[in-house]
Amino acid sequence: MDAIVVGAGIVGAAVGEALAADGLAVTVLDAEFPGAGTTSAAMGHVVVMDDSEAQFALTGYSRRLWSERAAELPPDVEDECPGTLWVASDEEELEHAVRRSHFYRERGVEAEVLDSAALEKAEPNLRRGLAGALLVHGDRVIYPPNAARRLLSNAVVRGALAERRVRVEAIEPGRVRVNGSWRETAIVVNAAGVGAPELTPGLAIEPRKGHLVISDRYPGFCRHQLVELGYLKSAHSAGAESVAFNLQPRATGQVLVGSSREFVGLDRSTNRRLVGRMVRRAVDFVPALAALSVLRTWVGFRPSTPDNLPFIGEVDEGVFVAAGHEGLGITTALGTARLLADLVAGRVPEIDPSPYSPLRPMPEAQHG
Amino acid sequence: MAEVFDVAVVGAGPAGVAAACRVAERGARVALVDEGFRPGGQIYRHREGRAPAAIGEWMARLARLKVDVIHRTAVHDALRLDGKFQLRAESVHLEARKIVLATGARELLLPFPGWTLPNVFSAGGLQALVKSGLEVAGKPVVIGGSGPLLLPVAATLAKAGAKVELVCEQARRASLARALPWLARSPRKLAEALSYQAAFGPSRYRTSTWISEAIGTDRLEAVVTNSARRVSCDFAGVSFGLVPNVELAVLLGCELRDGFVVVDRRQQSTVPGVFVAGEPCGIAGVDGALGQGLVAGDAACRDVTVTADVEAARGWYEYKPPPLLRSFALRHEVLELARADTVVCRCEDVRLSRFDPEWSAREAKLATRASMGPCQGRICGPALDAILGYGADCVRCPAKPATFESLLIPEDRK
Amino acid sequence: MADSVTIRVDGREIRAGSDTTVAVALINAGVWTFRTSVTGEPRGPVCGMGVCFECRVAIDGVEHVRACMEPVRDGMEIDTGG
Repeated sequence: MDAIVVGAGIVGAAVGEALAADGLAVTVLDAEFPGAGTTSAAMGHVVVMDDSEAQFALTGYSRRLWSERAAELPPDVEDECPGTLWVASDEEELEHAVRRSHFYRERGVEAEVLDSAALEKAEPNLRRGLAGALLVHGDRVIYPPNAARRLLSNAVVRGALAERRVRVEAIEPGRVRVNGSWRETAIVVNAAGVGAPELTPGLAIEPRKGHLVISDRYPGFCRHQLVELGYLKSAHSAGAESVAFNLQPRATGQVLVGSSREFVGLDRSTNRRLVGRMVRRAVDFVPALAALSVLRTWVGFRPSTPDNLPFIGEVDEGVFVAAGHEGLGITTALGTARLLADLVAGRVPEIDPSPYSPLRPMPEAQHG
Repeated sequence: MAEVFDVAVVGAGPAGVAAACRVAERGARVALVDEGFRPGGQIYRHREGRAPAAIGEWMARLARLKVDVIHRTAVHDALRLDGKFQLRAESVHLEARKIVLATGARELLLPFPGWTLPNVFSAGGLQALVKSGLEVAGKPVVIGGSGPLLLPVAATLAKAGAKVELVCEQARRASLARALPWLARSPRKLAEALSYQAAFGPSRYRTSTWISEAIGTDRLEAVVTNSARRVSCDFAGVSFGLVPNVELAVLLGCELRDGFVVVDRRQQSTVPGVFVAGEPCGIAGVDGALGQGLVAGDAACRDVTVTADVEAARGWYEYKPPPLLRSFALRHEVLELARADTVVCRCEDVRLSRFDPEWSAREAKLATRASMGPCQGRICGPALDAILGYGADCVRCPAKPATFESLLIPEDRK
Repeated sequence: MADSVTIRVDGREIRAGSDTTVAVALINAGVWTFRTSVTGEPRGPVCGMGVCFECRVAIDGVEHVRACMEPVRDGMEIDTGG
């Protein structure tokens, strides 16, 4: 059976790999090159999240898949397993940390609560006087562009074709249009990220812009991925723009700092004011950061959905969607690909696919 | 609160100094910002109290005038804000109604085996270090690469007492000869070239010659030329031309053509209020830079409104490389010197074998980390474009590494 | 050298002209390796004008400082990592 995957971001590459492993004759098309879009702008965290049970199910499943193949990832994927410290500023947040630790442990995810002194010891560069933290073991960091390239090359090894600079103009059951002419295929997967709604009209995906800042190399500056516990509050709050503290040690010794969120369409310009706010937030948590040297800032666009869950499943006869992963596309790429391959093959997936159905009813858009 | 200048000039080489002087002479409030610790830029680099006459005149003019000279300040971001321009540097955010970018050029370096050894410099880099006091007396030195720059560099080295063993020019003699009629029309240039050659000995200058390898263990010991001649040396200076520094212009949205900033006859870029002088709008040497600096300075402090139709009729000032530069066109052999294991990106140690000719600059960066280091692709970017045709990558702020602190908005700094 | 300063490089004292740069002072004192590259190669200054970042050293505890852009100051502590 033939399948065309539209988009060679990390999700499309993973889907291509999974379908090729099932023996399909897969072609992965990208308008630019593998990982050129949101993937190349992503931080590269592989984390469990518990915004909802469905989010936890997909992130937990995917994280397990990443850890299972850690040994086979080449060095340029820069896979590391530093864990995540969800930093609590006050007692209220620490209570939240305790609740989350129970939630994770009940579901088999290793997590512990650090008190103020233990946190200080774990991350000496955090400011003093923080209440503590939730330490989630097993969360990983990878380098997304090369992870996508690796998944795609796995697909190619299994017989898939990867074509670059091929822009798909339209998708219909059984075919896709490229340069005005139709290419026949039994299965189409729309994995075009923020571009997915152009090909599947009505898909509720909106670009949510983010900025990242990366430093020069300072090995040992921090050891864990650091996120403020207020992250869910600030990151997913309604409203036009927000920042939250999120800092990541890279395998290179660099420090990667996020995050910002805003709905401004596909405007690629750097919002210096927002970057300033984002850095302020990071420096408030990690004062020593102020003196480190920054090499680069960049922007990316998260494919966001109204209920913060991706679209994975069939929308029309033989037409599937795997898109809308917001800021969790790197984490959930492998789980998404498995789920999608199971749906295509008619197997029963390991996790319940219904919460991610592209046909599920959507809440009202949450921003003006 | 940032101070508002009438004009801010970035870069204190000849173009920037001339622009700042002219603005001050017209009575406007001007800031001259430069990364070095003394005005003069690369070409007018000098040590305290040792400025040659040509430089001294401009330095005296600058000192006489009311110009706020801000040294040791790298402008890492430039943007439009509330009808003004803001220039951001580590310790200051400057505001100005108009700006003049006189950011100069850097050298084109091409990878060859051994080029990363300590004591292999760029030609201009070696000259700069000598002007800052590098001791070369009695030491054997080889200069290589291509272009008119090699001559003054070799002359500087010879005057400082170095033994200039060889000056390797990759261009063919016949190609250089084509520039002779042009040189003959500017006797001063010809005299300059001859005096440089006299300084290090004309017989040391070899055309159709290049350094194919630098040899040493922990530092340079010798170079090998394309004719397999081994020349022992302590220092080498190698570069293949100039690359304009257009990063700030790009951040401001100025249009480029063939890598140079497009300017009109008043040196104004396609962004109103942003003037550009010197190498960023075309490699034209010191005289061109000084002249363009004066024009830019003049234009920046006059509020001349030019209607769109007049502007269109006049057309954009088209930069054409002078015939002299065309004579130094790079031969394919020097673009093919790197071996599979030769480092191309020096910040991230990315070797030639990692690069796929099918890529663009951006794809190469994402796949290999090339140009992700602190030089931000200033060295490997033009080299990869020359040898693999990758084109230019995008420019991101900060345009030079800067601290996290300096990215804060001023009200937010502590 | 009429005007000279004393700086320390990896613990070793060297004297340098007061109006020069760290890059020049180090090479004149026979220090050619300013940093070790990410794959372990010795590197020293190249462009001499603050562009290439090859001459990075730690000065008085601040990492990634370009030696070619830094005037020498009496008592400076320089670390090449060597």
